[in-house]
Amino acid sequence: MLRTRSRWRRTASHTTRLTPLALAVAVITVVAVALLGLLIGPGELTGDRVLAEIAAQLTGGVSPLSEAEAAVVWQLRLPRVLLAALVGAALAGAGAAFQGVFRNPLADPYLLGAGAGAGMAATAVVVFAPAVTAWSLGPVGPLPLAAFAGALLGVGLSWALGRSTGGAGTAGLLLAGVAVTAFLTAIQTFVQQLNTQTLKQVYTWTLGGLNITGWTDVGLVVPYVGLAAIVLVAAARLLDLLTLGDAEAASLGLRPGRIRLVVLSAASLATAAAVSVSGLIGFVGIVVPHLVRLLAGASYRVIVPLSLLGGAAFVIAADLVARTIMPGELPLGVVTAFAGAPFFALVLRTNRERLS
Amino acid sequence: MTATGTASALSLHDVSAGYGAEPVVAHVSLEARRSRWLAIVGPNGAGKSTVLKAVANLVPSQGTVMLDGTDTATLPRKELARRVGYAPQNPALPERLTVTDYVLLGRAPHLGALARESAADVSIVEDALARLDLHELAGRRLGTLSGGEAQRAVLARVLVQRTPLLLLDEPTTGLDIGHAQTLLERLDQLRREDGTTVVTTLHDLTVAAQYADELVLLDRGGVVATGPPSQVLTTERLRTHYAADVDVLTTAAGSPVVVPVRPTDGR
Repeated sequence: MLRTRSRWRRTASHTTRLTPLALAVAVITVVAVALLGLLIGPGELTGDRVLAEIAAQLTGGVSPLSEAEAAVVWQLRLPRVLLAALVGAALAGAGAAFQGVFRNPLADPYLLGAGAGAGMAATAVVVFAPAVTAWSLGPVGPLPLAAFAGALLGVGLSWALGRSTGGAGTAGLLLAGVAVTAFLTAIQTFVQQLNTQTLKQVYTWTLGGLNITGWTDVGLVVPYVGLAAIVLVAAARLLDLLTLGDAEAASLGLRPGRIRLVVLSAASLATAAAVSVSGLIGFVGIVVPHLVRLLAGASYRVIVPLSLLGGAAFVIAADLVARTIMPGELPLGVVTAFAGAPFFALVLRTNRERLS
Repeated sequence: MTATGTASALSLHDVSAGYGAEPVVAHVSLEARRSRWLAIVGPNGAGKSTVLKAVANLVPSQGTVMLDGTDTATLPRKELARRVGYAPQNPALPERLTVTDYVLLGRAPHLGALARESAADVSIVEDALARLDLHELAGRRLGTLSGGEAQRAVLARVLVQRTPLLLLDEPTTGLDIGHAQTLLERLDQLRREDGTTVVTTLHDLTVAAQYADELVLLDRGGVVATGPPSQVLTTERLRTHYAADVDVLTTAAGSPVVVPVRPTDGR
């Protein structure tokens, strides 16, 4: 008994598992960044006064803020921070899942056309049915459903096209993603020009941003991202098995096709939910899982949960930069691209031998 | 169905397998006796790997594959994975996984879809690592292993499946003569200690003759000879099926040695 325990310890130290320490660091990072997001903002509403308000809410003390100022904190900043966290978790978790399913470190919902597909479908809804307000029919309204279908369509096309190139592997898949993204984006642009009244709305949306948001959006995204997160975390061990390839995974009793379908559906659902509230925000799904891999190990049992948390922190921080770096507001997608594109180039370089 | 007294751990009856209209192997029948070593040999493209894949149900096939008297067609995939361990010729070795992470994946057939490995699973892995002298390498990443170490890690991954039958496709690929010998000796030791039935493809006929109790010679997708190595490996047969000029010598211990002979004509 004692022998078994000590042996278990020794081997356990060689397995890549989510340690309480890593989890604690990730959670503390998210909370710290979220607090910054709550404290920092324009005007009279300085960080120390917001902090006093938070303390007052927690202890039941007297707040230094006026009612209007308190509303800014609780009705604008907090839901915005939470929405950023949900969008970030969705995109980074989906990125990690795509990389596992395609056994490809550069796979990402955006690069493989999920973003463009969701964008095209969402634009079509806004343009052709402007009467349908974003979430008018609740979480299963036309916008998120169209975005979901569009995301699956984009990924499906990229995958099919990539496979048809036959053995081109990483490069083939990514080039297929480029072609599909370009095509779906062209359709989206065409559709958005059809209705000049919604042009600005669609245009702003394609640059990505969280600037028109309240608690409703948060409540409506939670079920999608929550469901996807649960599925992805539960499937993490199976993603590790998929890294062995289909034949070996099958010889270990798995059905690789079925696992792919479940994981891709969950990841596309998360992406679609994110896209439908925040527009197009690229590179989160590449940057975050890669940093997690470098820092915490190569098992998806670590990569998936830490990517969910890391993505939340990353997008909260990016949104903070987007709304504070200049007097107006910088589109969030621009900030993530500034950070993500150079990082992507770095990843490309370090994966040179796999691509050639 | 019961084993009805036969000592056959694996039997194939009239098995054809492969993708597409033209099967890679056709009408293959063979038997592997329990706790013995069967080597499938044959020229390139004879269908050796496909026979192993047909047993592991990794390729579409017709005919009957029986494991200890049970038709594999009746077994769910997971149950099959508890009875048959399989390692391909070029296994995927995700370079950043640790040896322990990798070997633990072999416990998958014994876990529910959402389950985690228990301490018992980890202890089985620990055992396999110790038996294959991998415990010093337990925390190393696969990408840092030498060829011989990597092949032992693959063997450990298959071993923790705890299957009565092991199918290994060219387990010594890429190994020099010393490392190949070490690996095959270990495999033979595991076979004897655990009573495991081993079926390998091997391209080196002399080595196959040394380790296997029985050889199956395949050519163009069909079985052309079966039996003890000394009976299967004849000069005439190797010329016919390999288009090779060889001498078959015999060691003092009675094991055949296949030596290539350079053709003398035209010189």
